Amino acid sequence: MKPNPLRDPRDRRIPRLAGPCVLVLFGVTGDLATKKLLPAIYDLANRGLLPAGFSLVGFARRDWADADFAHITHDAVKAYARTPFREDVWNQLSEGIRFVSGEFADDAAFDDLAQTVADLDTVRGTGGNYAFYLSVPPNAFPVVVRQLKRSGLSSPPPPSPATRGMQPWRRVVIEKPFGHDLASARELNAMLDAVFPASAVFRIDHYLGKETVQNLLAMRFANELFEPIWNRSFVDHVQITMAEDIGIGGRAGYYDGIGAARDVIQNHLLQLLALTAMEEPLSFAAESLRAEKEKALAAVQIPADLAVGTARGQYAAGWQGGLPVRGYLEEDGIAPDSSTETYAALRLTIDNRRWAGVPFYLRTGKRLPTRMTEIAVIFQRAPHLPFDATDTRELGQNALVIRVQPDEGITLRFGSKVPGSAMEVRDVNMDFAYGESFTESSPEAYERLLLDVLVGDPPLFPRQEEVELSWKILDPIEEYWATHDKPEQYPAGTQGPESADELIARDGRVWRRL
Amino acid sequence: MLTDLTDTTTGDIRAALAKTQGEMGGPATGVVLNLIIVTDESGQHDAVRAASQAGREHPCRVLAVIARDPRAASRLDAELRSGEGTPGQTVLLRLYGPMSEHADSVIMPLLVPDTPVVTWWHGVIPAVPAAQPLGELAQRRVTDAARAKAPAEALAALSAGYQPGDTDFSWTRATPWRSLLAATVDQEPYPITGGVVQAEEHNPTAELLTAWLGGRLNAPFVREISTGPGVTEVRLQTTGGDIVISRPDGRVATLTRPGQPDRHVALHRRDIAELLAEELRRLDPDEVYGEALAGVTGIPAIAG
Repeated sequence: MKPNPLRDPRDRRIPRLAGPCVLVLFGVTGDLATKKLLPAIYDLANRGLLPAGFSLVGFARRDWADADFAHITHDAVKAYARTPFREDVWNQLSEGIRFVSGEFADDAAFDDLAQTVADLDTVRGTGGNYAFYLSVPPNAFPVVVRQLKRSGLSSPPPPSPATRGMQPWRRVVIEKPFGHDLASARELNAMLDAVFPASAVFRIDHYLGKETVQNLLAMRFANELFEPIWNRSFVDHVQITMAEDIGIGGRAGYYDGIGAARDVIQNHLLQLLALTAMEEPLSFAAESLRAEKEKALAAVQIPADLAVGTARGQYAAGWQGGLPVRGYLEEDGIAPDSSTETYAALRLTIDNRRWAGVPFYLRTGKRLPTRMTEIAVIFQRAPHLPFDATDTRELGQNALVIRVQPDEGITLRFGSKVPGSAMEVRDVNMDFAYGESFTESSPEAYERLLLDVLVGDPPLFPRQEEVELSWKILDPIEEYWATHDKPEQYPAGTQGPESADELIARDGRVWRRL
Repeated sequence: MLTDLTDTTTGDIRAALAKTQGEMGGPATGVVLNLIIVTDESGQHDAVRAASQAGREHPCRVLAVIARDPRAASRLDAELRSGEGTPGQTVLLRLYGPMSEHADSVIMPLLVPDTPVVTWWHGVIPAVPAAQPLGELAQRRVTDAARAKAPAEALAALSAGYQPGDTDFSWTRATPWRSLLAATVDQEPYPITGGVVQAEEHNPTAELLTAWLGGRLNAPFVREISTGPGVTEVRLQTTGGDIVISRPDGRVATLTRPGQPDRHVALHRRDIAELLAEELRRLDPDEVYGEALAGVTGIPAIAG
């Protein structure tokens, strides 16, 4: 394909736009679909980023007509879209909304689906380009993928006059969890691999669609200020945290037996670690970026003694944000003797020249005091302080904190003189808040990721190798936990189990307050 | 919050700005740019409102310069606004007498340091925006040829006086068309041999679009006149038949390709606040605009 003369790298007003296509959404009745995916599709349309003729097909067990699904979408858009509601945009979008009713095991339903998308090609000119978004529980992946193959939906036909000589594409989007250990991740991949080429599989980790996470790359590699000190000579340690204030809510069926480490550390936190620790990529092309992330993940070492280098906990009844809440074992659908952890902390090291000897502490938990995700790079103390010891008693370590959510931004903490006649140095913060400096309408993570899928742009999607490397880190820890004591109880609304505090205190450090 | 300062000085305005900032919760207002609006009493309301809407996306310090009676004695009146649901601050500056010839001396002390400057002429377009004192201060200079009494002449004048960093809302208005056209050509295997841009008379956006298409595609593009509103149709002639994007109602466009069903896409005309928000997204020179503008001169207008 020759380059498009209307596109020019200097012309950055013209956005990347997907070509004509259909998005087929499995699992339209889920929370993710109504709160995130459907509104994100509307927002993309409203920003003019969806192609003319774009069509959306919902697939679920409900006995719905097209109009019912359009109605559900309309309500979801009205309630959760980030951009204003425009009748014209909605009308164009809703013309392309279809619904196919059926079970995943039902051949007829998938034949019906194949017919529906073929009709859309004829009526709306979607050119045989389909993206299948599997917003369904992982145990449904195999049957859906098998059905896509059986019905011929997974393999694109050759170019034809109806596609004006363009090669149609097929893509599949899957959500975490990508397996529950290395073996199952490989199994899932083998199953996908048999049907879709690796380049057609998009694994969504919505954290990677967040502006702050992409900004981590900009901050590290576009500036002269940070990279020179981004190493063992200056960094004391790194804390990567994802704290949630909620419990498991209605997710008992999914969560029990999975736990915090598999749910959060394996994907989100290890991805954040890889982006924080990796070397500079040759470019921001998918290949280069993934190569560096994989090198960082491959260099990760787990603690030699898992008894002291890991910690896990389970929330007990307590008070969270002024309300009494149940403990994990009392939640609906959870066995009273469940040993699933709702809190996990790890001390990892990275064996390379840049990071040798710098611990990376990862922690995640539910029913903690606040909801927040951050990467905190804590610097060493100044080698010499030319002050009286009492002058700097309130001076901590310098820190650079990348706040991923909520309140996306960056905080730099350093010492400053307290105004007055005495020399007294205390920690102060310098703050960069996204919401203040840039648009309030910055795209939602799912908007960015959906657009990348439709355009076929893969840098923000982890590849199978990264998934496997993450499981290689986590598997020995999970095995150790499975054969040892139960997780330690921590009262809901507190900072987590004591064993986690001890884990970091052994190194003479403390967790950042949540 | 509103503060009125009559017969004041820039020093007093600075003090008042610092004071309101303090009351708003410290200096961390996160202003990302200075926006100077050159306007008059009749246009200031709309211009400032557009700026504060765009300010939700780009928090800025808006400095509206309103020239008053040039024969009066020199005097400076200022009106400070902050809060009101938008970040940043707005200062309306009314310049009387000889002072109005030296607006830059009033503006300079009021700029937020270390922060880019954009100047927007809402109304009269200077011959060479970059040569104006208020244009020299700015890395980005925004005009709107469509508001001129003779838009075609205004565009020609802008073309003659073009300096990198200039931009015009008639180019901003072309963006949705240009993205749709670029996306259409993405999907087009056949070479484009020429085409037509159809729009109402006196539409500088159509002139720029015609010049841009002709220049980029290296093919003859013809400008036709319709009754509008705005740009109503773009036709791309290819060796595989014509591709037509038509938008007769200013809201929804229909994309027609040989052998394919018609497709509809919302292509609404945007208001001034949205145009301004797009302009403020990029602060480096828009070379593609410069090239399109250079190609504008001498497009024959053929009645359609």
